[in-house]
Amino acid sequence: MSQLTATLPQGMAAEAAVPLKTQLRRAERMKKLKYGALIAPLVVFLLFTFVWPITALLKRSVDNPEIVAAFPATSGLLRAWDGRSLPSDAVFASFADEMGKTRGTPVFASAAKRLNMELPGFRTLMMKTARAMPPADGQTAREAFVAADERWGDIATWQYLGRNASPTTARYLLASVDRKYDDFGKVVRADDDEAIYVDVLKRTFGMSAVVTIFCLLLGFPLAYLMATQPARIANVLMIFVLLPFWTSILVRVAAWLVLLQSEGLVNQALRAVGLIEKPLQLVFNSTGVYIAMVHILLPFMILPMYSVMKGISPAYVRAAVSLGCPPFQSFWKVYFPQALPGVGAGGLLVFILCMGYYITPALLGSPKEQMASYFVAFYTNQTINWGMAAALSAILFAATLVLYMVYSRLVGRQELAAKAR
Amino acid sequence: MIAAYASPLERVWYYAFRIFCGLVLVFLMLPILVIAPLSFNADSFLLYPMSGFSLQWYEEFFTSPAWRQAFMNSCIVSPFATLLAMALGTPAAVGLTRIDFPGKALLTSILISPMVVPVVIVGVATYLVFAPVGLSGSYVGLILVHAALGVPFVVTTVSATLQGFDFNLVRAAASLGANPLTAFFKVTLPLVAPGVISGGLFAFGTSFDEVVVTLFLAGPEQSTLPRQMFAGIRENISPTIAAVATILTVLSTLMLITLEWLRRRGERMRGAGR
Repeated sequence: MSQLTATLPQGMAAEAAVPLKTQLRRAERMKKLKYGALIAPLVVFLLFTFVWPITALLKRSVDNPEIVAAFPATSGLLRAWDGRSLPSDAVFASFADEMGKTRGTPVFASAAKRLNMELPGFRTLMMKTARAMPPADGQTAREAFVAADERWGDIATWQYLGRNASPTTARYLLASVDRKYDDFGKVVRADDDEAIYVDVLKRTFGMSAVVTIFCLLLGFPLAYLMATQPARIANVLMIFVLLPFWTSILVRVAAWLVLLQSEGLVNQALRAVGLIEKPLQLVFNSTGVYIAMVHILLPFMILPMYSVMKGISPAYVRAAVSLGCPPFQSFWKVYFPQALPGVGAGGLLVFILCMGYYITPALLGSPKEQMASYFVAFYTNQTINWGMAAALSAILFAATLVLYMVYSRLVGRQELAAKAR
Repeated sequence: MIAAYASPLERVWYYAFRIFCGLVLVFLMLPILVIAPLSFNADSFLLYPMSGFSLQWYEEFFTSPAWRQAFMNSCIVSPFATLLAMALGTPAAVGLTRIDFPGKALLTSILISPMVVPVVIVGVATYLVFAPVGLSGSYVGLILVHAALGVPFVVTTVSATLQGFDFNLVRAAASLGANPLTAFFKVTLPLVAPGVISGGLFAFGTSFDEVVVTLFLAGPEQSTLPRQMFAGIRENISPTIAAVATILTVLSTLMLITLEWLRRRGERMRGAGR
């Protein structure tokens, strides 16, 4: 013992050279580094497989590389052009030069295709003009252009070119809310045959809202029943909720297809009880999509509501009733407000997931039930229009992000409340 | 139980409520119960009444090259994706529970976001950037993205398990001379294993059921079971689909039972610890 006390001051003195505060801070920093190193691999992984791809896709919604790639010098000149009178001779000369150089290359073709999207007929105009380049001897570039096609003497033609001379464009994002640039570069409503996306977005949100409401109407009573039953019964009921939840979505879609077909069990049953005479059309229309979507998303509604309701003490409602409040009112005024966070969390989750659904409408719906996701897939697979696919993705992504932030706020607050309890 | 003094209205309400809940349960279970018997149907229609018993659709599933290939692919992609998600997600969850830093909430939201971002966006986006680097139409690309989709489940379940984990146990191990790695494998991992396994099961389920990303990213050689089913349902729905559906349902039931068992075990252990 005496030995220990004798040696102790020496050790203390050595340690005291570094103040305790610094030591603590150093230890704290080491700990942060150590545990940070555990998180880092996942962050790097997700940056590569998730954040980078999505950023690249979102960037595509404003990308406009074709014209700049094919005619860099002309694009540069056009960006400085005021757009009120025909461009200067320098622009004509540079365009003639670059057209002659890139003619027949894939870069030229994609620029022509891109311009054709702006104004149908532009591709033929480009092909025709390129053949006339370079200008004949003694002819100025301007004369050569107008000789090839008189549209080059028109300011509007150049404005289409000028608007696409910068490497970014808002046209895809505008198109996805049914807007476009007119000949003078002003934002106007798109032509009727192209103005379909506001309807698609409305449909996406509308269908998600309907599915959410149905999930709430079907899920709330069941969650309430589960929360108020003894554990033994609640566990059995839980299996009925979890089994469909764990079953593959494609299995459930296939099952609904079998159930709802015109000779399927649902129609057979309805006919047997005499409710209908002819089989109802239940699939490949909105009915089928709604039924299957509600079925797929119902567990996502029930589970959060159940976990909130399980924490609500029955004593409050009992107290309200014993104080003379009628049962329904005591439920509405005392129980429901306490269950509301669960309803909010479940509802938001269902809405968020529903917005992004692709498989169910694609397999069970008609073209009229296709939501934003379908058009993203359509533009990627069928017409290979990355701009439109990216712009619709951006809108869908933004909506998801906003709702997800609301959701994590709500759930975060619930967790805090649960900890405080 | 309903009280003996309940008014008639209350009685009606009591039974109406229960009947409604019963109907919701029927709605939830009906599709699963209906499709399984049809996979044993003797003829090729997915209709009731069934015409006889036959195993031909299962035979078709196990002998058709397309289905076999799809099954093999699923058995390659999902386990690797799950292992990757577990290997990356478990340490990250430990790190996130142990330290605080500015922006932690934001980072956590980003780590969990693959769960909520519409899969079509993930599919199109990964196809866009993976195709130029040769990762589209490859097993590696598919495994990477499936792992990314499964990671949030691992992170959330392991984090939840760690909430009840006493980190003094790790300190005790360290004071007894265990190095951090030994302490992790001998002390931390056995205790959080249920969380890791349930997270893994969720990740496996996600990958095994994933079709949208696969549609964009996989080539014909990487067609998985869900993708094959998607094509089958779209073109011509045959009882083979019902057979696959039944096999998948049995599989998901097994996973559910395992999860439930793990959850109860966790509850018991936590209860015993107190």
